[in-house]
This record gives sequence, C-alpha cells and structure tokens, in this order.
Amino acid sequence: MTVVLNGKNVDISEGMTLLGLLESRGISSETVVVELNREILSADAFVSTILGDGDLLEVLRFVGGG
Amino acid sequence: MNLTEQGIAVFLGEKRLAYLQTITVGIGGVGGLGSNCAMHLVRSGFKRFVLADFDRVDESNLNRQAYQLDQVGQLKVMALSRNLMAVNPDIDLDIRTVEVTPDNMSAIFMDCDVVIEAFDDPFVKKTFVEMFLPTDKLIVSASGIGGTGNADAIVTRRIRDNFYMIGDMETECSVENPPFSPKVSIAAAKQADVVLRYYLDRFVAEGK
Repeated sequence: MTVVLNGKNVDISEGMTLLGLLESRGISSETVVVELNREILSADAFVSTILGDGDLLEVLRFVGGG
Repeated sequence: MNLTEQGIAVFLGEKRLAYLQTITVGIGGVGGLGSNCAMHLVRSGFKRFVLADFDRVDESNLNRQAYQLDQVGQLKVMALSRNLMAVNPDIDLDIRTVEVTPDNMSAIFMDCDVVIEAFDDPFVKKTFVEMFLPTDKLIVSASGIGGTGNADAIVTRRIRDNFYMIGDMETECSVENPPFSPKVSIAAAKQADVVLRYYLDRFVAEGK
C-alpha cells in the first residue's frame, strides 16, 4: 500500500495508523500539523486514523527557533 | 497623520495606509522573529498590534533581536514598544506580559486579524497554528531558521489561503546551527511581507 507523504510515495503496511507512520519515520507527533487529503487533522486523531492506499499526507514540521 | 505616516504614505498612498491601519496584528513571542517582524510591519504602515511575551532582554539576544544594549534586563514587550514608537509614536499597542500557552493564546489574540507565530518552542509553535487554523485569521508561522549559508532555502509556503509557513522547514536552532541575525531576519522579513502582500491584495479585492 502506498501513501504520498510530502509529495513522495511511501510504502506502508496494511492497517498502519498515522501515528505509526510518524513514529516509523522518527517524526515527533507533538510538533507537527498534518493535512490528510487536504484536511487538517487534530492531533488527537493521529492514533485512530488508519491510512488508506493513495492517501495524500502533508506533514508540517515545527522545529525550534524564534 | 504624523510625519512618519506621511513618509510611509509616499509609497503606499493615503487610502492604502488608512486601510492597513485598521488591521490588528498579533505577535506571539517578540524574540528574533517577532521583534524584527514587528519593526517591518510598523515601517510598512500597520498601526495596531497585540504583543505577547513574558521574557526580558538578555545580552545573548542582541545578536539578532531588535533591542539595544541599554534595554538588557527590560521586559521585551516594553522594550519593543519603545523601539516601535521611536519609528511611529502613534501606533496602538496592546501589551501582554505573559507566557503564551495553549490555555491563554485564544483569548490573547481574539481580536487580531492576523497572528504571527514567532515562538521558540516547537510545541508552542505547532499548538498556536493548530489553535488558529479553524478561524478566519491570517496565520504566518516560521520553522527552520537556524545557522548560516543557503539563505535562499528560507522559503514562503502558502499552505492554505489563510496559512503561510516561512523557513527551510528543518534547521532547528541548536549548538550546531545557532540563531544568527541574517537568517532570522530574513524569515522575520518574509513573515512581514506575507502580511503586507495579503492586505494590499485585500484592499484591491474589497474595492476600497
């Protein structure tokens, strides 16, 4: 199964959650805003959101510094 | 119109300046991003601001933030107020000497048309954006402004009509990539540019 993460195809296993994908790529779920199929997802929904084939994910990372 | 505003109107025209002066800009955090962005916005003609920060000016801030040596130890919001008013004494400031948290950010910036995310902490940055995304406020955030070199990697991304992100999206400020004046100022200036462009377009769209 393939999702599009920030414009790149990524193979994932069936049933993977959004939180699982973020963790597998070392991305802290605490400091990202995620768009799934162009809708912004609340952070509470990361754990219960199961990804589907062809999902478009835009993960906006916030890094320290201001 | 005071003399500064007459000078600004040379480039904007009086009607466009009058329009920009109706917009309320909230700035969350007045460190490297927020202090420099505020200065650009005052020079651009904006007049109404909400400034929120709990911190005091430290000598280590002088490498990039819009403060002066004699302001070390002062509250940043107070020092910035003086510096902005030295440019335009008639600006309208709402000063909040408070640590911006998920619990208070909504109330602090309630009356703002635009909110500038200029915090240091990545969790606060993200929470701020998440808080205001469902609103019709313009949100201008920054992520990835540390270090030197490749300054063109600091880009403006339009995520949606009311949400822009500035930065290289990856270079965290750290021991290896400290925050230095050039790149921090570039990001702050780009944040201000988004706000200015957005409202000049709105001025045209609203047929003023």
